[in-house]
Amino acid sequence: MTAAITAADPMVPRVARVLRRRRNGPQVFTLDVEPEDPAPAFAPGQFSMLTAFGVGEAPISASGDPAEPGRLVYTIRAVGPVSSALTRLGPGDLLGLRGPFGMGWPMVEAPGRDVVIVAGGLGLAPLRPALYRLLAERARYGKIVLLYGARGPADILFRNEIESWRRRLDIDIAVTVDHAPPDWRGHVGVVTRLIARADFDPLHAVALVCGPEVMMRFAIAGLGEAGLADDAIYLSMERNMKCAVVFCGHCQFGTVFVCRDGPVFRYDRVRSLLAVKEI
Amino acid sequence: MSPTDSTQHAVVTPEGLQALFEALKRRNYRVIGPILRDGAIIFDDIASVGDLPKGWTDEQDGGHYRLHRRDDGALFGYAVGPHSWKKFLLPATQRLWSAERTEHGVAITPEPRPSERFAFIGVRACDLNAIAIQDRVLIGGAQADLRYQSRRQGAFIVALNCGVAGGTCFCASMHTGPKASGGYDLVLTELVDDGEHRFVVGVGSEGGGTVLAELPHRSAASEEVAAAEAVVAHTLANMGRAMYSDDVHDLLLRNLDHPRWDEVAARCLTCGNCTLVCPTCFCTTVEESSDLDGSRTARSQRWDSCFTMDFSYIHGGSVRATARSRYRQWMTHKLATWWDQFGTTGCVGCGRCITWCPVGIDITEEVAAIRGSEPS
Amino acid sequence: MEGLERIVKEHPFFAGMQNAFCDLVCGCARNVRFEAGQYLFHEGEPADWFYLLRHGRVALQVAVPGRGAVTFQTMAEGEIVGLSWLIPPYRWTYDAKAIGLTRAIAMDAKCLREKCEADHDLGYEMMKRFMPVLIQRLQATRLQILDVYGTPA
Ligand SMILES: Cc1cc2nc3c(=O)[nH]c(=O)nc-3n(C[C@H](O)[C@H](O)[C@H](O)COP(=O)(O)OP(=O)(O)OC[C@H]3O[C@@H](n4cnc5c(N)ncnc54)[C@H](O)[C@@H]3O)c2cc1C
Ligand code: SF4
Ligand code: SF4
Repeated sequence: MTAAITAADPMVPRVARVLRRRRNGPQVFTLDVEPEDPAPAFAPGQFSMLTAFGVGEAPISASGDPAEPGRLVYTIRAVGPVSSALTRLGPGDLLGLRGPFGMGWPMVEAPGRDVVIVAGGLGLAPLRPALYRLLAERARYGKIVLLYGARGPADILFRNEIESWRRRLDIDIAVTVDHAPPDWRGHVGVVTRLIARADFDPLHAVALVCGPEVMMRFAIAGLGEAGLADDAIYLSMERNMKCAVVFCGHCQFGTVFVCRDGPVFRYDRVRSLLAVKEI
Repeated sequence: MSPTDSTQHAVVTPEGLQALFEALKRRNYRVIGPILRDGAIIFDDIASVGDLPKGWTDEQDGGHYRLHRRDDGALFGYAVGPHSWKKFLLPATQRLWSAERTEHGVAITPEPRPSERFAFIGVRACDLNAIAIQDRVLIGGAQADLRYQSRRQGAFIVALNCGVAGGTCFCASMHTGPKASGGYDLVLTELVDDGEHRFVVGVGSEGGGTVLAELPHRSAASEEVAAAEAVVAHTLANMGRAMYSDDVHDLLLRNLDHPRWDEVAARCLTCGNCTLVCPTCFCTTVEESSDLDGSRTARSQRWDSCFTMDFSYIHGGSVRATARSRYRQWMTHKLATWWDQFGTTGCVGCGRCITWCPVGIDITEEVAAIRGSEPS
Repeated sequence: MEGLERIVKEHPFFAGMQNAFCDLVCGCARNVRFEAGQYLFHEGEPADWFYLLRHGRVALQVAVPGRGAVTFQTMAEGEIVGLSWLIPPYRWTYDAKAIGLTRAIAMDAKCLREKCEADHDLGYEMMKRFMPVLIQRLQATRLQILDVYGTPA
C-alpha cells in the first residue's frame, strides 16, 4: 500500500540563503541561493517550490548550472504577491526551498541528435540548465540551435551569456523580438518564424520548447512543418500548483499531473489534451 | 477461532457492541461513529451505543435528505450522511509547519505527526473503498502525506455491511459495495428482523480478532451467516441509483466537447458542495499566516474545491474559467482521469454528491445522458 | 544568364520546380544588391518588383506618428520580401529596408503576372508556392498581436 516513503516531510521546506540578486529585465530577477543543508541535485527542466516567509510559495524552475548543485539559481518574474516578495529578496535574505520536483528535459534521449531549443520570454530560464548541460557535453550532440523570442530587446534574458554563446562556433543562435525600437538591429517577428530558417536535420533532432502556452502551440506547429515528429518534441507546461507532490490536485492536466508527469512532456503524449479547451 | 480467519463469524448483541466501544477506549482509541445532529446523521465522537441514531432512517434523493423514524430499533438503519471519514483522516484544515526568525536565521518547525488514534464505527463498503482510494493518492505514491499516514495507520476500522440502500446509492454499479470486502479490522452485519437484535461479526485483521476475543460473543450459526448474506443481497437489490461504469472512462474522454456539459453548467451553481461531501475528493490549498512583525509565520493546508475560480488560476486568468469546464473537470476526474492518474476509480457510488447538491445534479444521470446521446 | 538560372533554381522558394516553369520565371528575374540602409521599396509605391533574399536581412517597417519607423518583421535569407504584387492595386503597404548588405533575386512582378495569366499551369504553381508563405505570415502576425509575453496588468 505504501511504496517508497521518504522519512522527510515533503511539505516542509528547507532554509536557503540568497547569495546574489541580478536584474534581467522589467520585473525579472535572478536569485542565486545556497541551501543551509545540501539539497538534492536537480536535472535540467525540474523546478522547486520557493517560499517567501509569511507570503507564500510558488513553483519556480531551476535556471542555473546542474553541474553546480551547491548554488541554485532561479529566475523569477514578479507577477503577484509571492513572486514579487521573492524578487525583493537580496543577499543574506532567507527563503524556503522544496524540491527539486518533476520530469525534466530529455537529456538522455538527445545524444547523437541535433537539439533545437525554442524559447519564448521567460521560457528561456527553464531551458538554460539544458543549454549548460548540452554545451558541457558538446561532443555528444549533433547541431545545437537556440531560437529565442522576447517581447522587446529589454526583455531578453541572459544577454551577456547569449553573446558569449554566440562567440562559440558550435551553437547556432537566433534571437528575435516581437516589438522593436528603431535602434534594434536584430530579427523582428515571432520566434516561430525562426524555425523555418534554422539549419538542422528534422529526422535526427529533438526540440525542447518552453514559453507561454500559445507560443508553444505555434512553435510545435512550426516544428511539425519543418519535419519533426511529434515524439521528438518536448514542451514544459505550467499549471497552478500548491504542493508539487500530487497531494493538492491543482496541477491536473486531464489525465496527468504537471508536477509528477511533467512539467516537461513529450508532445505526442499530451497532444490530445492540448487540443481541449479549459481542460 | 483464529483471529484472522474471516470465514468464521461471531455474533454479538448491542451490549456486545457497547463492550467493543469500551475495549477500543481502553486501547486509547477515539471512538467515532454515526450520531444524529441538526437533522442529519453525521460522524462524531460516541461514548456509548446510546449515542447511535437508534430507530432512524433517511430518505435521500437529488438535492433531498430527510430523516424518518423506523419501526424497529436498528442502530445502523440508514445510509451515508453528509460526513465522510476524510474529515478525520484528512482534516478540513491543518497546520503543516511554522517558522520563527531567530538571530541566526529562520528555524522551521514541522507540525508534529498526529498521535491521535481513531476507531471508526460503521464504515460502509463505499467508504472503505474511498479510504483505500485516498490511501493511493496520499500515501501510495513516491511521496507520502505523513500526517494522513499517521492517522491512517493508527486507525481501527469497524466496517458495516449495509442493511439499507439510500435513494442515491449506486455502489453496486461501481463494484464497491454494499458488502465490505476488506480493509477493516472487524465487520458487522446488523440483524433486526428476526427476533433478537444482534450483529454478525467478521474479522479482517489480527487486531480485530484480538479485540473480538475480549467481547461477549458466540459463534454464528449457519442460519445467522445466511441471514447476514441475505441482508446484503436485499440491499444490493434495492440500490437507489445505477450507473453503468465499465466503459465510463472512455465514454467521458471521447465526449469532452459534448453539449451536455453546457446543459449541466446552466444548472450548476459551482458551490463545491459535491467536492466537500465526496469521500474521495482530496484537493487542498495552502495558506500563509504571520504575526504582526512577521517574526513567526506558519503554513496550513485546507480543503479546496475544483469548482472555485482560484483553483486553476495562473497569472492572467483561470484555466477553467467556465462552470462547464469546472463541472467537467470534477466529473471526468472522478470517473475517468482518476484511472489514468492513480489506477482506480475516483467515485465509489456513495451518492453524497447527488443528495447534497442544492440543485440535485446527479452524476449517474449525467453519465446516462452522455451515453444515451451516442449512436450505439 | 546561366548563373542567374542556377541561383533562381537553388532558392528555397523555387525548390523542386519543373525546368519549363523555371525557364519562364527566370525570364522575369535579375540579380540585385542593396547596401545597408538602402530601401528595397517604400509604402505607396507600385509593387513592380518583389525579392527572393539570398543573403542579408531586410526590415519591414511602417511609419507610426510619434514613433518613427517601426519594424514589425525582419526577413532573412531564403525568404520572400513583398506580397502586394500579387493582388490589385499592386502597391506596397510598408517600407522594406536592408539592414546589412543584402543580395536578392528581383522578380519583375508585371512580367510574372503576365506569364501566369498566359499559362495557368504556371499560375497555379506560383499560387501553390505563395499560399503557404501567406498563411505563415498571417499566423505569425496573429501570434504577434496576442502579445503572449506581456505581463498581464
Ligand atoms: C512548473 C512551473 C515552473 C515555473 N517556473 C517559473 C520560473 O522559473 N519563473 C517564474 O517567474 N515563474 C515560474 N512559474 C510561474 C510562477 O509559479 C507563478 O508566476 C507564481 O506562482 C505566481 O504567484 P504569485 O503569488 O506571485 O502571483 P498570483 O498571480 O497572485 O498567484 C496567485 C496564485 O496563483 C497561482 N499561480 C499564478 N500563476 C501561476 C503560474 N503561472 N503557474 C502556477 N501557478 C500560478 C499560484 O498558486 C499563486 O499562489 C512556474 C510555474 C510552474 C507551474
Ligand atoms: S462522486 Fe459522488 S457518488 Fe462518487 S464517491 Fe464522490 S460523492 Fe460519492
Ligand atoms: S454539481 Fe451541485 S453540488 Fe456540485 S458544484 Fe454544482 S451545484 Fe454545487
